[in-house]
Amino acid sequence: MNMLTDAAVEEALDASQKPRPLKMRGENVRVFYGEKQALFDVNLDVLENQVTALIGPSGCGKSTFLRCLNRMNDTIDICRIEGRITLDEQDIYDPRIDVVELRARVGMVFQKPNPFPKSIYENIAYGPRIHGLASKKAEFDEIVESSLQKAGLFNEVKDRLHEPGTGLSGGQQQRLCIARAIAVSPEVILMDEPCSALDPIATAKVEELIDELRENYTIVIVTHSMQQAARVSQRTAMFHLGNLVEEGPTDKMFTNPDDKRTQDYITGRFG
Amino acid sequence: MAWGLLLTIIVFIGVVGYVLGSARAKKQSASVAEKPHSRAHYHGWWVFLLAVLPTLLFMAAWSAGSYAYVDRAISERMPEQTADSAIASRSLALGMVRNLATGLRRIEGDPAFAEVPKSFEALRPVLAERGVALASDTQDYMIPIALDLNAMQDNAALIGTVIAILLSLGGAFLGLRSVRPRGRARNNVERIITWGLLAASTIAILTTVGIVFSMLFETIHFFRSVSLSNFFFGTVWDPRFAAAGAEAQEGQFGLIPLLAGTVYIAFVAMLFAVPVGLMAAIYMAEYASKRVRSVVKPLLEVLAGIPTIVYGFFALVTVGPFLRDMSAAIAGGPGFIQAQSVLTAGLVMGIMLIPFVSSLSDDIITAVPRAMRDGSLGLGATRSETIKRVILPAALPGIVGALLLTASRAIGETMIVVLAAGVAANLTLNPFEAMTTITVKIVNQLTGDLEFTSPQTLVAFALGMTLFVLTLGMNVFALYIVRKYREQYE
Ligand SMILES: Nc1ncnc2c1ncn2[C@@H]1O[C@H](COP(=O)(O)OP(=O)(O)OP(=O)(O)O)[C@@H](O)[C@H]1O
Ligand SMILES: [Mg+2]
Repeated sequence: MNMLTDAAVEEALDASQKPRPLKMRGENVRVFYGEKQALFDVNLDVLENQVTALIGPSGCGKSTFLRCLNRMNDTIDICRIEGRITLDEQDIYDPRIDVVELRARVGMVFQKPNPFPKSIYENIAYGPRIHGLASKKAEFDEIVESSLQKAGLFNEVKDRLHEPGTGLSGGQQQRLCIARAIAVSPEVILMDEPCSALDPIATAKVEELIDELRENYTIVIVTHSMQQAARVSQRTAMFHLGNLVEEGPTDKMFTNPDDKRTQDYITGRFG
Repeated sequence: MAWGLLLTIIVFIGVVGYVLGSARAKKQSASVAEKPHSRAHYHGWWVFLLAVLPTLLFMAAWSAGSYAYVDRAISERMPEQTADSAIASRSLALGMVRNLATGLRRIEGDPAFAEVPKSFEALRPVLAERGVALASDTQDYMIPIALDLNAMQDNAALIGTVIAILLSLGGAFLGLRSVRPRGRARNNVERIITWGLLAASTIAILTTVGIVFSMLFETIHFFRSVSLSNFFFGTVWDPRFAAAGAEAQEGQFGLIPLLAGTVYIAFVAMLFAVPVGLMAAIYMAEYASKRVRSVVKPLLEVLAGIPTIVYGFFALVTVGPFLRDMSAAIAGGPGFIQAQSVLTAGLVMGIMLIPFVSSLSDDIITAVPRAMRDGSLGLGATRSETIKRVILPAALPGIVGALLLTASRAIGETMIVVLAAGVAANLTLNPFEAMTTITVKIVNQLTGDLEFTSPQTLVAFALGMTLFVLTLGMNVFALYIVRKYREQYE
């Protein structure tokens, strides 16, 4: 634990001194579902150790863009992607890239908590087991504990690690899913409306958690809540009808947006 | 009048009633200000039902009643049954009269036979010419009785027809009179539909209960002459079709060899069907593209529609000899696999079961929520890891249920084993030898021309009951598991 906090402090110091490096970048991303085009030439940068929020009215393509970032759209037969998306300057749609490795580096938390019908312990050990991150029981124990610690769930579940994950409350389940994603030590975590199924208290906990995770991870979050975007994110990107309307520092987006559509959306005039 | 014609007339009355009734309802709703309770066609249907349903019930009751009545009248006219009567039993004599009466219908209205021959000798060739065979000891005195019987039946049918038509007309009239704007025709029709559906579902259940009881009685009958321990714990199956009179020889009715054969063959069948079927299901649910799936799935399900006798035939003429010859080639002498063997029957039965396993499992695997897959793939698991570690464990209870259902089919399967497994009630562990199953022995015991009350025949019911309890238990257990599993996601 000590080591971790040290690293975090160091990184935080680092970060405050120099400009944030680029983590992921989308260039002219176009996505088609069959004949229907869902994204039009989206150019978006995701900066390291920052929370980037994607906002916009329903159906505008936020989830679609998010799922492009770890190639989850590959699982949809009719989906076709054009353009270039890079992770650390490397094209993730390059045929030489192994999608399994990519998803280990870019994890995902879904809108609805989806713990596997296994024990809490096995839910977290799942990823490390698959990727061979540990072999001895002690190593697994440590990964499970530290992941649960980071997700702020450890104290609540430490006595019932071997009970089914589906028996937790909705908010606990979502934090379990976050812990599960953390367990494979990704570099980027994608979250698609992670709080939409949660009550205000659970939401506050998850938001707090996101803020802490920022020190070690790069986060991209889709949200429908303007307050949430304002609270947790440093950068915000506004989508509308498959287009990226504008992006920039969250402060500026919420106080002085360039585009009228952003202004209207933020003030609740549509969407 | 023929029943067909009568039915047509009644339905016709009903249809006319429908048309008039709905027309009447329409006219009323046009002229009355208040909103009608039911739409016009409900009134029409109500008239139709009133015209048809009570009449049908009456017709059923009437034909049963008139049959019983005529029977009694005829029976009274028959001579007293005495020890030296020509015919041994009264019911046999009555049967002859009925047969005769049916035969006489053939020459009814034929001008050549305005006068029906008085003697059996004269009548017999005439009826034989028209395809009616009479029992050779039919008596002369039965001819006038048979003629009377026909006349009585005609009378009853005529009266019945008249009443039926009147009833139908009355019903239609009543229905038409009841058409009112606020009349609750819709509720009436709905109620009758409910009753109809209820009746349909009860028929199946009642029939099953009936079957069980009839088996139960015969089984109890069987256990009067054979002890429970002889049946359930006996290891020798030798029912000994004893010649009449040799009663001292009681056969041996050991269930164990049959049960062992049944379970062994089903086990071998499942050994083939489960891996292949499961893998096919996984392929279809997880890997196949929509196009492939839309072709392969129906194709596999067509296999389920092939009559099992065809599989049995396939086993008998193709698989069995092939295995025998192959084993002969390997051994270099006489083959170690018999043409009829556990292996042959199990293999072919396994092929038959593949579509059951794959189709049921496919449904269950597809029912695992997409979120589970996404969660696993999103962590960087490959497809096969996802299947092995998330989807199959999640679907496992359901799959176990499906496998139990399949196994109970394997245990109850008859035609394949009759042809492929043989009839020798061996107790062996060698899958290359012939064994036999409960179902095969049921067929065997019932297809002889033995007395129906001998234990050799009655044992079939005891076997059937055992099989029934066995498969019922498995099905109930399977359904229980499947249901429990469903609750997880809903
Ligand atoms: N699997 C799919 N097949 C076909 N079309 C899809 C699919 N997924 C999304 N789309 C379409 O792509 C467009 C963008 O969808 P997307 O899910 O990205 O919207 P979103 O911004 O996430 O909306 P929401 O806020 O409601 O989640 C929509 O028009 C949607 O209908
Ligand atoms: Mg979405």
